[in-house]
Amino acid sequence: MAQQLKWQLGTVVEIREETPRAKSLILDLPDWTTHLAGQHVDVRLTAEDGYQAQRSYSIASPPEDTYLMITVDRIEGGEVSPYLTDELRVGDQVELRGPIGGYFVWDSRAEKNDGSPLFLAAGGSGIAPLMAMLRHRANAGNKVPTRLLYSSRSYEEIIYREELDRLSANDPSLHVIHTLTRQRPQNWTGYGRRIDLAMLADTAWPPAEKPLAFTCGPTALVEAVADYLLELGYEPGRIKTERFGPTGG
Amino acid sequence: MAEQFISRGFKGRMRETDRALKERIPPGQYETKEFPVLSAGPTPRTSLERWDFSIYGEIAEDLKWTWGEFLKLPRETFTVDIHCVTKWSKLDTVWTGVAVDTLLEGVDLDAQPTVSYLMAFCDGGYTTNLPLADVRNGKAWVVYEYDGRPLAPEHGGPARLLVPHLYFWKSAKWVRGFKLVREDRPGFWETAGYHNHGDPWKEQRYEGD
Repeated sequence: MAQQLKWQLGTVVEIREETPRAKSLILDLPDWTTHLAGQHVDVRLTAEDGYQAQRSYSIASPPEDTYLMITVDRIEGGEVSPYLTDELRVGDQVELRGPIGGYFVWDSRAEKNDGSPLFLAAGGSGIAPLMAMLRHRANAGNKVPTRLLYSSRSYEEIIYREELDRLSANDPSLHVIHTLTRQRPQNWTGYGRRIDLAMLADTAWPPAEKPLAFTCGPTALVEAVADYLLELGYEPGRIKTERFGPTGG
Repeated sequence: MAEQFISRGFKGRMRETDRALKERIPPGQYETKEFPVLSAGPTPRTSLERWDFSIYGEIAEDLKWTWGEFLKLPRETFTVDIHCVTKWSKLDTVWTGVAVDTLLEGVDLDAQPTVSYLMAFCDGGYTTNLPLADVRNGKAWVVYEYDGRPLAPEHGGPARLLVPHLYFWKSAKWVRGFKLVREDRPGFWETAGYHNHGDPWKEQRYEGD
């Protein structure tokens, strides 16, 4: 039998305010074996009377990093996310175990021989596991043609915005396309609506190129993206989905 | 170490939940009133004309039902709690479908005592493995209605397996048949790091738990 994934105490070494609602926690773990981009961890909180709550969070950092990053979207009325975003301070500890999940993963070494392009579609904090893939891809010097379509409510709510700008500016094989669904800056020239069939027809790789697709975000977005990609002719087995439910908090 | 750790400033909110209800929530789970959707790929859509359900494998005779035939099988409506490995539990969910016992009536299992596992097959390629002991004697169903309405595609419609005493990934969506076998082999999530059995009360989430 495989070894059990043990709970371990991570220490918060940095907290990054990504957007008004989302923060990244950067954790130092004493006993971390490396992960694959796309995997997640379980976080467990324990109250003084022994009451515990667990939630899953995607790992946003690439396997190459020393520290582990998770990005937490604050869910109003949630039990765990408001604690992680509002209560936790640098130096605090948090219990977690992982890495978990062996399907929604992308490994630059495995894809290198394949050469088929990568299409990533994210909604909100669903960017986290896809960011791990992009960071891993950059670290590995992997140049597989990659497009990210990222749906956010507003410009201010784009998570990792500057880093995405930087990654794509330095790499002609990476193209990042934003759509803003609720509010747009005055001079915004990009997409301004929810992801639809026409947007995917414009941005996703043609199916003839045998693209591999990953989509992560709220259920409605993921369902729509997966359905539309099928309609465009993508192979069902090459569309990998991960859903962040509204109860994920 | 893990036992003594207290998350500074964490209070939690489930203790507001009714005590009787709390006893129905397995360790590490929380109650939701919603019905989250989780699956690894796109939602398959199979027309009812082309849908069938088959039981085959290491048995004497295969069985197969069309959609129309399946609906004519004795049905049960029942209320159960369900528990997803992603931590949510949903209490008092109402389903209608056919007991796996009913489906297995035509299989002479006594004549094949070493056949003690099944692999559930689904549209979209999903599989999950189960000991027969976990699906017999009123423990599992193939359901086609949720809350009095046809089961929605994103929740596994037209029909899904329902094994409420195990984590919900064992309740395979879009199920199309069972392969009955002598040897247990891991299914989709069971090969991707998840526990082979998946008992929520023993918190068998991941391999090694």
